[in-house]
Amino acid sequence: MTMTMDGATQARRWYRQRISAMVLALCVLVHLVTIIYAVRSGLTAEALLARTRGNIAFAAFYAVFVLACAVHVPVGLARIGEEWLGLRARAADAAANVFALVIVVMGATAVYAMVHG
Amino acid sequence: MRRRVEARAHNHAAWWAYIVHRVSGVLLAVFLPLHFWALSTALHGDAALDGFLRFTDRPLFKFAEWGLVVLLALHMTGGVRLLLIEFRPWSGLRKNWIAAACGAGIAAGLAFALALVR
Amino acid sequence: MPMLQVSIWRGREQGGYVDYEVPRHASQTVLDVVTHVQRHLEPSLAYRFACRVGMCGSCAMSVNGVARWTCRTHVADVAVGDRLQVAPLANLPVVKDLVTDMREFFDKWARAKGTFQSRRTRDDDFARVPPSSPARKLADAGIECIGCGVCYASCDVVAWRPDFLGPAALNRAWTLVNDERDIAQHERLRAVAGDAGCHACHTQGSCVERCPKHLAPAAAIAGLKRVTARAAMRGKL
Repeated sequence: MTMTMDGATQARRWYRQRISAMVLALCVLVHLVTIIYAVRSGLTAEALLARTRGNIAFAAFYAVFVLACAVHVPVGLARIGEEWLGLRARAADAAANVFALVIVVMGATAVYAMVHG
Repeated sequence: MRRRVEARAHNHAAWWAYIVHRVSGVLLAVFLPLHFWALSTALHGDAALDGFLRFTDRPLFKFAEWGLVVLLALHMTGGVRLLLIEFRPWSGLRKNWIAAACGAGIAAGLAFALALVR
Repeated sequence: MPMLQVSIWRGREQGGYVDYEVPRHASQTVLDVVTHVQRHLEPSLAYRFACRVGMCGSCAMSVNGVARWTCRTHVADVAVGDRLQVAPLANLPVVKDLVTDMREFFDKWARAKGTFQSRRTRDDDFARVPPSSPARKLADAGIECIGCGVCYASCDVVAWRPDFLGPAALNRAWTLVNDERDIAQHERLRAVAGDAGCHACHTQGSCVERCPKHLAPAAAIAGLKRVTARAAMRGKL
């Protein structure tokens, strides 16, 4: 089996994924509250954008959220790729890196869209 | 082909916690690009985002959103359990946290449903 | 005389369940049942046991799909009505019937550097290790493993990844990581890091749930994750 990662790299990857998990635990808590609040206030573009347009704090928070997702999500997907879809380590890692890029690009676009428009 | 671990051997709380964590993670991961794309419609003006929000203001979408909120709460609380297992002194499989995850899922689901109904 | 209907796996990986009818007694164990079949009904049935009192781990088998010590499993606790199913442990090659080839299990023990290495000789004084020291407590929590294979046979990751060292080997490695006398620490950390090692574990917890000695390989693996991460982040792995 081709190992693209040695033990040390795996260990670092594990550590970064767990640190991002800690960041996400806080982000998700805030986000869940935000979701409930947003739904109660009514899900219209007017209501949402009134709160997010020009909101630097919003931008900063969700930028951190997006970056944490980009670190956290692909690792889990790569494992599932290897264990359940039979992908080789190389292919799973490549797919994971692509997904990380997708999260960063699309996430940054979403934050920009909501804050700047 | 040697014998595999049977489904009957999976019938314990920590294994269910694992499968819920994995499945919720995959579903949330699949949802994420869709979520970002939806918010990006705001790039084309407020009306574009509003159009999307109106389109999704129907029972099927609200049910999906409700499901995602529940999955998010489950995944996060289950994840905190794993962080405790991995970083704090060992105190068993922390089944109290499995219960807490179920509670968080129920709470999030209820809160979202009530917010919708208002 | 109440009877028990027991289905026992016959053959190797290719094979099938064969049904036997066995007299049912109070306080009967699954090992009692298998022994009765071999002595009175089917002399060619192959199975392993030794101490029959829950000390050696030789009698580990799959009972109704769950890995157990058959000498310590009461029929009354596991029979579904009057039915029982006995098979060899999962995740291991089958030699015959209920007997598995345990070589890979012990090979992985060695690959995880699960053997103690010391600089001292018989001419040196004893090492003085306080039993209450934190590291010694961590080691002591895992040293009672007798290598029965139940955890190995219960782990999905072992089934998915043929190279995965498994819960018992990693548990043993952890006891030695915490042994201040051991001098093979660096090689051991290298051996247990990566997908063959601790990083493949998803904390499913079946090892903890099934260990007949109530050990916690998942705890050991979590510890290995921490120690390997610390070493790797410092460029020392």
